[in-house]
Amino acid sequence: MGHYILRRVLQMIPVFFGATLLIFLMVYSLPGDPIAAMFGDKAADPATVANLKHQYYLDQPLWKQYLHYMNNILHLDFGTSFTGRPVSEIMKDAFPVTIRLALVAFFFEIVIGLPLGLIAGLKRGSIADTLVLLITLIVISIPVFVLGYIAQTVFAINLGWVTATVQDSRDITQLILPGLVLASLSLAYVARLTRTSIGENLRADYMRTAVAKGLPRRTVIGRHLLRNSLIPVVTFLGTDLGALMGGAIVTEGIFNIAGVGNVLYRAINQKEGPTVVGIVTVLVIVYLVASLVVDLLYAVLDPRIRYA
Amino acid sequence: MPDLIEKNVPAQGAAGSAEPKPEKPRSLGLDAWHDLRKRPVFIISAALIVLLVAFAIAPSLFTSVDPRAGDLQHHYLTKPNYLHFFQADWFGYDGQGRSIYARMIYGARASVVVGICVTAGVTVLGGLAGMAAGYYGGWVDTVISRVTDMFFGIPLLLGALVVLNAFTTRTVWSVVFALVALGWTQMTRVMRGSVITVKQSDFVTAARALGAGTGRIMFKHILPNAIAPVIVVATIALGGYIATEATLSFLGIGLQDPTISWGIDINSAQKVIRTAPFALFFPAGMLSVTVLAFIMLGDAVRDALDPKLR
Repeated sequence: MGHYILRRVLQMIPVFFGATLLIFLMVYSLPGDPIAAMFGDKAADPATVANLKHQYYLDQPLWKQYLHYMNNILHLDFGTSFTGRPVSEIMKDAFPVTIRLALVAFFFEIVIGLPLGLIAGLKRGSIADTLVLLITLIVISIPVFVLGYIAQTVFAINLGWVTATVQDSRDITQLILPGLVLASLSLAYVARLTRTSIGENLRADYMRTAVAKGLPRRTVIGRHLLRNSLIPVVTFLGTDLGALMGGAIVTEGIFNIAGVGNVLYRAINQKEGPTVVGIVTVLVIVYLVASLVVDLLYAVLDPRIRYA
Repeated sequence: MPDLIEKNVPAQGAAGSAEPKPEKPRSLGLDAWHDLRKRPVFIISAALIVLLVAFAIAPSLFTSVDPRAGDLQHHYLTKPNYLHFFQADWFGYDGQGRSIYARMIYGARASVVVGICVTAGVTVLGGLAGMAAGYYGGWVDTVISRVTDMFFGIPLLLGALVVLNAFTTRTVWSVVFALVALGWTQMTRVMRGSVITVKQSDFVTAARALGAGTGRIMFKHILPNAIAPVIVVATIALGGYIATEATLSFLGIGLQDPTISWGIDINSAQKVIRTAPFALFFPAGMLSVTVLAFIMLGDAVRDALDPKLR
């Protein structure tokens, strides 16, 4: 196990540098001059431009810029945005909001998605099964920005049950609707995955044995069926939690949530290079850690898998 | 308790013996096609897709109204007249007095072109990389797999936003370029896994023993047997790419105005969602039905190509 983790962590290092280099090149080598944009319509003073370019290291060749940036990252310095605010401070404001939203969405995925899949999987071909398949299919095909506006109009504006936008993300009740919208797609996947997995395991030999030796139905389902069926679902949920942490550009935009997605979207539009690269670097780390945890979880859940 | 255990053995036997007359052996593709033709899900989704492609190729067959002709006399406040079938005011007018019905029909072209071109590009590019990684193994596999990992660390929507932000004028082709450049790795993973499984088959060893060259083994022997999972993923992904294009256009970094896109229309309609909900509803409905059709098609194709997953 220790060897496996070590090997995986070593493999993660080139991926980390590669992914950050990729986003770095995308942000800094594509056309568009952020410094010139700072001056708006006015003609820029060449001395000031040169000074700013030097300050942000933009007067160096691209590879030097990247090495300089990576050196700073390794010292936990994410640099300064073009507005003069430290990127780490921007992230400190945005990440807690996104994490709260992600946890609410994650909660819904488990509490709604799993039971739906369980019901459908146990009674294949029943009305409940067909209904679950149909609803999840519809949820998967409606793009999240359409779903968001429909939910906002119906529940916040017409019915008045919740506030239309999030004013304070520390108030959980305000996060219910955006959380549900954000969760919808993964929720449908969780339900479908659980259904398929349960359907496969129902036919397994150990199930026949458990039924044949006269165990009560609850034990058969809870201890034998569910535990085995949840392995693929748990791995999906693990990866998804990592993705949720990355913020939701669309959902956060619709409900006016000041999270990572919102900050990132604005930074991309304003060509705020340091902010974009800084946040994406953190997201890459989150993704790498999440996929490592999922792989390890797999071995814990399924004793047949051993990492030597 | 008996409902916990399905009686699966006789069911499969019955399906096998349902073909009484001996036919000549069918290939996997032909077999899947025979299976597909009988499925209602496939028939419905295929009919929808044919209709959409017809919208994309010849929109003027379905409406004689110019989708770009705005008449501010109408505006949002002219309510739709749902009895005026196929006419300009069937689904009302948008903020600039353009017919929503005509824009729904004309919007299909951008979606269909983006969907098909991105899927084709991603399948060819990702498929070749996956084939190389799976077939050669060793350092080729290591390099390709690590590059794939790097792209997976950056979410598709996020990367596309950054790339498209560099274009000042964006057409369908810039969106296709961005999505192919960032999305090809998904197919690489599928193809690689599939090729590794097939590579170990006896018929590959046999072909090599008969003196077949690398190219022949790759494309004549391995490819036809490894392509099925790729086709399934590609079909389902096609709907996803259409949704991504609409999301990008909705966010204002996808297609731009002379191009008609449902995403742009949904974006401009969201400001008047309380007074004119129909302006959002119809393009959003078209988009959802399109994505639905491709997902259903993918589901049906998967069931037909891989009976184990049923």
